[in-house]
Amino acid sequence: MTDATGQEVLLGAEESAGNFAAAHIGEKSDSAAVIVRRLYKSFGSQIVLDGIDLTVKSGETLAMLGRSGTGKSVLLKLIIGLQKPDSGSIWVQGREIGELAIDAMNEVRKKMGFLFQHAALYDSLTVEQNVAFPLARHTKMTERERTGRVKELLASVGMEGDLKKMPSDISGGMQKRVGLARALALEPAVLLLDEPTAGLDPITSGEIDELILKLQEEHDMASIVVTHDLHSAKTIADRIALLHHGRVLIEGSFSELEKSDNTFVSEFMKRDG
Amino acid sequence: MSQNASIPHRLISQDTEPARSYVPQPIRYVVDVINLFLEWLGELGFFTWQVLRSAFRRPFEGRELMRQLDEIGSKSLPLVALAGAAIGAVLSLESRSSLVRFGAKSMLPAALVFSIIHETGPIVTGLVVAGRVGAGIGAELGSMKVTEQIDAIEASGVNPYKYLAFTRIVACMLMLPLLTIAADFCGVLFGWVADTLADPISFHKFFNQGFHRATFSDFLAPTFRTAIFGLIIGLIGCFQGMRTKGGTEGVGLSATSSVVLSSLFVILADVILVKLILVFFP
Repeated sequence: MTDATGQEVLLGAEESAGNFAAAHIGEKSDSAAVIVRRLYKSFGSQIVLDGIDLTVKSGETLAMLGRSGTGKSVLLKLIIGLQKPDSGSIWVQGREIGELAIDAMNEVRKKMGFLFQHAALYDSLTVEQNVAFPLARHTKMTERERTGRVKELLASVGMEGDLKKMPSDISGGMQKRVGLARALALEPAVLLLDEPTAGLDPITSGEIDELILKLQEEHDMASIVVTHDLHSAKTIADRIALLHHGRVLIEGSFSELEKSDNTFVSEFMKRDG
Repeated sequence: MSQNASIPHRLISQDTEPARSYVPQPIRYVVDVINLFLEWLGELGFFTWQVLRSAFRRPFEGRELMRQLDEIGSKSLPLVALAGAAIGAVLSLESRSSLVRFGAKSMLPAALVFSIIHETGPIVTGLVVAGRVGAGIGAELGSMKVTEQIDAIEASGVNPYKYLAFTRIVACMLMLPLLTIAADFCGVLFGWVADTLADPISFHKFFNQGFHRATFSDFLAPTFRTAIFGLIIGLIGCFQGMRTKGGTEGVGLSATSSVVLSSLFVILADVILVKLILVFFP
């Protein structure tokens, strides 16, 4: 387990962000799917991320916990390039995304899947068309192959019977499932999930958690899950990072966080654990 | 150390009066408005650059362009035709009484045709489309922005400037001249209907009298200047929509501002384009 102080030791003052990532990528190019180093982001005078450091390996699931407004969702948007950091570096699948031109960035995005907090399904398209959207643009599949793949994806999230429905005609939980199917369409190496169980009842939340676990077993993806749901984090995550005041306060397994004697950590874990 | 060092700043009395501004309030207001306008213009310029930059990269989003041509063109046709017909009928009724007074009743078809193809048809089409399509684009993209659908498109590795903005702008530019022709035709037709109800005249005779002295350039330049109106409507609608902030209120503001700004810029562009057409096609 490493805490904020431990991370200082890990990184070392003399070790630059670039050297660290280069070392990681060089040593085990296929293991580190996402590397975030000394990432800063502020909106006006409000500092949201104050030097974040993270590494997520392939096949690993990291849950990001923290109070509302601590920049968890912002971090996901920075990783997929929807927002630009003030400073710091992000490597996805061995490529530094900070200086990438839009076409190169889009190539990196094809390797990532993103489930938005409110699913963000295209409301003028059917469920089927939503899932087919990335396939139609980034693959050379025929119409028939695409339909087959969409059915397969929707079946994997238990939505095979709702192909022709509009997003407004299905529930929040079902929208999340469709959003998950869309995020998985291009078989991403990195999956980013922004509060997959927020606003759902406990049973639907449990179903979504099971679905994420099942998908993780089927695909060897690196996943970063932003959540407030401790049950969900305990179920699906290999490792948990707790954000506080724009920094990773503590990082480790669920049980390690539970055992922490840090007042904020124990208070946070007690709320629901 | 200062005596006040430990006292919160807000509790320290301000001995010195704040510097007074000697600029009168109305002038400051005008300066603020100009600043805001220049800021908006700068952002619009950047947005235009992003759209242009995306336009020449593959894929060219042909399917989405076709959908937008249908959405903007076909679905605006009934409204534009109706507006053209109404304007034609009103022009005919109004011009008739004036021309009869000056003994120039026979000039009515030519006056009507020239008035419609030179100015009334293009500007009415521009304003009707600015109302219908401008509001539609502003509200649709605004709604997509606040529900993170535009972010989702970008996260899928698709360029939203091309997929959403470029297709709509091109569709507006291609459809405006065609809609103008429809408005012109309906205007002339219903101008004849109004005229023939008062004093029967065959459509063939009316049409011949109307277009007797018309040249191709009388029709071409005014009609194709509406492509510029289309550019304005598409660009402002997309820009206002894609910069929407807030929730439903923001979407409403985007829709309203799209209509107001595109109508205003269509009228301003009309003034400039009419002058240019008179210079190049005297």
